[in-house]
Amino acid sequence: MLKYIVKRILMGVLTAFIVATLTFFIMNLVPGGPFLSEKAVTPQAQAAMEAKYGLDKPLFMQYLTYMGDLLHGNMGLSIKKRGFTVTDIIGNKFPVSARLGGLAVLVAVMIGVPLGSVAAYRRGKTLDNIIIVFSTAGIAIPSFLTSTLMMYFLSVKLKLLPSLGLDSPQSYIMPVIALSLYPTCYIARLMRSSMLDVIGQDYMRTARAKGVGTFKAIFKHALRNAILPVVTYLGPLLAALMTGSFIIEKIFTIPGLGHEFVSAIPSRDYPLIMGTTIFLACFIIMMNVIVDIAYAFIDPRIKLK
Amino acid sequence: MEKKKNLLSFQLNADDFLPATADEKESLVIMRESVGFWQDGFRRFKKNKIAMTAFVIVAVIMILAFIVPLFYPYAYEQQIKGSERLGIMEYSASELDRIAAGESVFPHFLGTDQNGRDYTIRVLVGARVSMTVGIIASALILLIGSVYGAVAGYFGGNVDMVMMRIVDVLYTVPDVLIIILLAQVLKFPLQNLSKVPGFGWITALGPNMVSMFLVFALLYWVGMARIVRGQIMVLKQNEYVTAAKALGATDGRIIKKHLITNCIGTLIVTTTLQIPSSIFTESFLSFLGLGVQAPMPSLGSLASNALNGLQTYPEKLFAPAFMIFIIILSFNLLGDGLRDAFDPKMKK
Repeated sequence: MLKYIVKRILMGVLTAFIVATLTFFIMNLVPGGPFLSEKAVTPQAQAAMEAKYGLDKPLFMQYLTYMGDLLHGNMGLSIKKRGFTVTDIIGNKFPVSARLGGLAVLVAVMIGVPLGSVAAYRRGKTLDNIIIVFSTAGIAIPSFLTSTLMMYFLSVKLKLLPSLGLDSPQSYIMPVIALSLYPTCYIARLMRSSMLDVIGQDYMRTARAKGVGTFKAIFKHALRNAILPVVTYLGPLLAALMTGSFIIEKIFTIPGLGHEFVSAIPSRDYPLIMGTTIFLACFIIMMNVIVDIAYAFIDPRIKLK
Repeated sequence: MEKKKNLLSFQLNADDFLPATADEKESLVIMRESVGFWQDGFRRFKKNKIAMTAFVIVAVIMILAFIVPLFYPYAYEQQIKGSERLGIMEYSASELDRIAAGESVFPHFLGTDQNGRDYTIRVLVGARVSMTVGIIASALILLIGSVYGAVAGYFGGNVDMVMMRIVDVLYTVPDVLIIILLAQVLKFPLQNLSKVPGFGWITALGPNMVSMFLVFALLYWVGMARIVRGQIMVLKQNEYVTAAKALGATDGRIIKKHLITNCIGTLIVTTTLQIPSSIFTESFLSFLGLGVQAPMPSLGSLASNALNGLQTYPEKLFAPAFMIFIIILSFNLLGDGLRDAFDPKMKK
């Protein structure tokens, strides 16, 4: 068990390193630099700026310097946002994205799991069919469509909800629904099929035979086994929500990390691109490792190797 | 009556060895022809009403997206002067004059955009772009994934270990981050490459579209590789593989002729289900403005552009939105139907 955990963590560190290296070199493949777009910069001034950020050195030396600094927790200064370190920007923006993503995961699990369980229990009945149709349709709508359509009907037409920003609790409603629709439907489908497997097993019949009520049998006896596939899905789901929120942040003009990342690329803010990529990648990798390990604790039948 | 035989006697009853009568022969005739893998699958597929409907819808959309634009009276980049921002079925003043003069003017079913381009044809061409990206990206994924997975699964041992560790690492790489980065970055090298003779086709497709194929192909083959590897590891235990080896077949031939052909069902299903997810990602990228280049429309970029005039022209959003929804939904249902019909694991 310990061996597995150590191995998983080492793999995670390796992945993070590969992502950092890839990002660094891919980013520098693009011709042009961060100072080209600015007007009327004398060659001397540009050289001075490049020297300040270390951009005048050979690429490989830049890479070594960056990786060395990174090991000391120093992600450098943002080039475009003068006076801010990359760590500051991430520290300010990440909580916004995390709150949104976390809420969406919570909603997806809280709605998806019961929906899937009920559908499995009422297999072939009207309720099951309604849930199937709803969840099949739900995984075919990209989140940017959900959000723009909601924006049109709820904000523009009915004027019920604020359309931009995250200033009031109501303004969370639309972004969270838009983010959680796909995972909710996906979890409901996953839950339905695994619940169908579990319901057919002998121990369920035993439970019913000894007089356990329907509700208790489904939500206590069956749920524990049926929820396992959902747990494995949580890792990729967290990743998808953290990165999928880019588009939601753009539509609802939410000042989150995704917004920062997307706008840093065209402006060639190298340290900020590197910082956000590495940070998000590490976060996602960490979530995957935690979910994998948690999985082994939840289901003792699984032998880790 | 013959007397009761000793149970241990070897004396045989001669009647058992008479030639078979016509009646007896008939009972041995196989009533139903044996059904092959494909026939069996198609029979099951045809019974599945939802999957058949999805198949018909996919076919209709294919015709709309790939064939109808060839005959359509307007072109997707054609700017009609004086007919900017028309609503559904509206005509501009000059077009109304022409109608009054007895000419027939092809209607703008969905109106026009801010540059006077017919919106119907833009949505259709957008669907074509989205489907092309989805299909070509899935084909590349199929190619890379199946070869990689087959080699890893067939050779096993250390080869498998190293190859699958690479897959594991790529699997945990946050895809959207790298895709956004690569989509931005690949534009420039591809633009330079398109000037090199022999690579002119890049300009025809647009560097952005080519970079999108590359990005999808580079990142998404890992899922396919895992599935194929699992299948090959089971299949290579079969006797026919040993037989082929004994006959002196090379490893390459065994993989190509025997193993890949035997997991074709899985390959078809996985590829069909890959198409909607590629379309999903493509529309996501185009929505962010990282997709195909203007004036080429994509469903994602059309939806994104429609946001500005949402209040006055909501149909400009609804049309591409509905198209994306229908395409993804019908490909998903088609893939599910194919899986029920062809995946050996789904047989009960």
